[in-house]
Amino acid sequence: MAGVQVANLSRSFGAHKALDDVSIDFADGGFYALLGPSGSGKTTLLRQIAGFDFPDSGRIAIGGESVERVPVEKRRIGMVFQNYALFPNMSVADNVAFGLSVRGEAKATIASEVQRALDLVQLGKLGARRPHQLSGGQRQRVALARAIVTKPRVLLLDEPLGALDKALRVDMQIELKRIQREIGITTIFVTHDQEEALTMSDRIGILRDGRLVQEGPPEEIYDKPKSEFAATFLGDANILRGETTGTGIRLADGTAIAAGAGATLAAGAKASCAVRPERIRIGTDSGTSDPNANMLRGQISKRIFAGNNSTYFVDRDGQTIKVIVQNTGVEKLAEGQKVVLRWSPESTVLIAASQDMD
Amino acid sequence: MAGQVVTGSRSGLRSALPLLLPAYLWLTVAIFLPLSAMVFFSFMTELPLSGRAWSFTLDNYATFFSQGLYWTLLLASLRLGLEVTLWCVVIGYPAAYVLAKVFRGRSREAIFLLVILPFWSNGLVRIFSWAMVLREGGILDTALNAVLPFKINIDLMYSYPAVIIGLVHSYVPYMVLTCYLTLQAIDDSLIEAGRSLGASRLQMLKRVIIPLSMPGLVAGAALIFVPVVGSFMEPRILGGRTGTFYGTVIEDQFVAVFNWPLGAALSFILLAVVLVILALASPVLKRVA
Repeated sequence: MAGVQVANLSRSFGAHKALDDVSIDFADGGFYALLGPSGSGKTTLLRQIAGFDFPDSGRIAIGGESVERVPVEKRRIGMVFQNYALFPNMSVADNVAFGLSVRGEAKATIASEVQRALDLVQLGKLGARRPHQLSGGQRQRVALARAIVTKPRVLLLDEPLGALDKALRVDMQIELKRIQREIGITTIFVTHDQEEALTMSDRIGILRDGRLVQEGPPEEIYDKPKSEFAATFLGDANILRGETTGTGIRLADGTAIAAGAGATLAAGAKASCAVRPERIRIGTDSGTSDPNANMLRGQISKRIFAGNNSTYFVDRDGQTIKVIVQNTGVEKLAEGQKVVLRWSPESTVLIAASQDMD
Repeated sequence: MAGQVVTGSRSGLRSALPLLLPAYLWLTVAIFLPLSAMVFFSFMTELPLSGRAWSFTLDNYATFFSQGLYWTLLLASLRLGLEVTLWCVVIGYPAAYVLAKVFRGRSREAIFLLVILPFWSNGLVRIFSWAMVLREGGILDTALNAVLPFKINIDLMYSYPAVIIGLVHSYVPYMVLTCYLTLQAIDDSLIEAGRSLGASRLQMLKRVIIPLSMPGLVAGAALIFVPVVGSFMEPRILGGRTGTFYGTVIEDQFVAVFNWPLGAALSFILLAVVLVILALASPVLKRVA
């Protein structure tokens, strides 16, 4: 087991910069999610760490040892592929045994290790089956057992749950997390599913166009996004744009929005504020209980009822603000109704305008 | 509802019939009828076309068993088939692997074209080209003497190796194509998974790639072995005096000696032997595939 350090890693394919000066420290024993849209470079980064491809420049270290020129078969990593990549010509047990047997381990050792790995993924009785006789979730578990049975230094997962249906995916998330805790292996997990990244990982790295946008624990990125992209890609966010006053922004119509978190900016620059839909309170009264709260008026253009909560789309000065309200049985607002939106400055994040935003 | 389904499938069959008919008609006319005639001939004393009296006999088959020469030639032909098939595997499989797994896009198309090219040239032209290359003072001889500092004399013409070279050249594309198809179907992530587990390239080849491409190897071997055992053109032209094989003897019966009944009988004995070999091999091949 070992941590992984990636420093100033760059990789281009022709004119396309797949990775552009990426540095991340993956702590020993941590569960790390690399999150980003397709083409963001997250899979390229994983393949660099695995050793399928070598960087143009930069450094990769596993357990303190530089490996950027070491081929994959010598890196002692475990990898789970999106399509599982089980060998169709072998039984489940032989698939799991593969890594130990190419290493030349004794037959008895292999048999007991394989059984232990299959028990760990709760497939102890299916060793004799062929991969095509298994369900998607079972294949996933076999792929995981095969990857960890060799006791790799780091476990790499390339969108491993992408091919599973929703219910099974949630089961596997819990299962994967349990196994990872049990063996304590450093795990790097590539996904484009923000919910998966939030629920499973200790830390998240958000990538975009080959660059690391933001990196940190899920709560930190969710509560204090540093860019509009991070705010909108991880979770839902309302973005209000204007000129900064230093501690907030002034909208085009002169309304001041106070921010309790985020960047410190020189007054006058272009900036935006992000606020999560579930942090906004919606009501019809104009009286205010909290004089410091941010306040906007608008009109409900649409309401989507989703059982335990409702989403309101509130139009205001040409912008639509999304508000999510828990179904407490009290609030009942109709489309077309004029409303007042309130939220605290602490729930507002000030973000510097960046050139890469649309 | 059920009635509709039945009607649907019946009309499906009716619409399929015009599509199937040409192929089956052609097979009946072009293969089944002549072959039946040949079976008939093989039990005759004389060719009926000559106008002479004829009767049914088993003598033609008896000739094969009574004369050791035919056995010897059959064994030689089987050995030839085996050797040519092996060389085709040795040459064709690596080429198919490189085509399927190394080249991509346009360069793959170009190299593919080079593999198919022998198919587009006339068989006889191909064999005579080899004759020009292999004979004493031929292209190979001249080229080697131009490069090498010492004088060597290569005269492969009219020898067993010349027959092998000609046959391998004719049949290696089959092996490349059948192996290419199965190799290409192997997902690249399987190879990556194996490497991530620490397997060397050789271990991957032995334990994953060859087992998964076995159907292609088997199909290629069957496509090559059967016609090579009965081949006569390459042995005759490139083998000369040493090129007497079972296939050339059958050809002689038809075009030189005009003993069609014996030629037909020898053909069907070959067919039977080949079928027995394939039947014996199939359980083994099925297991490895």
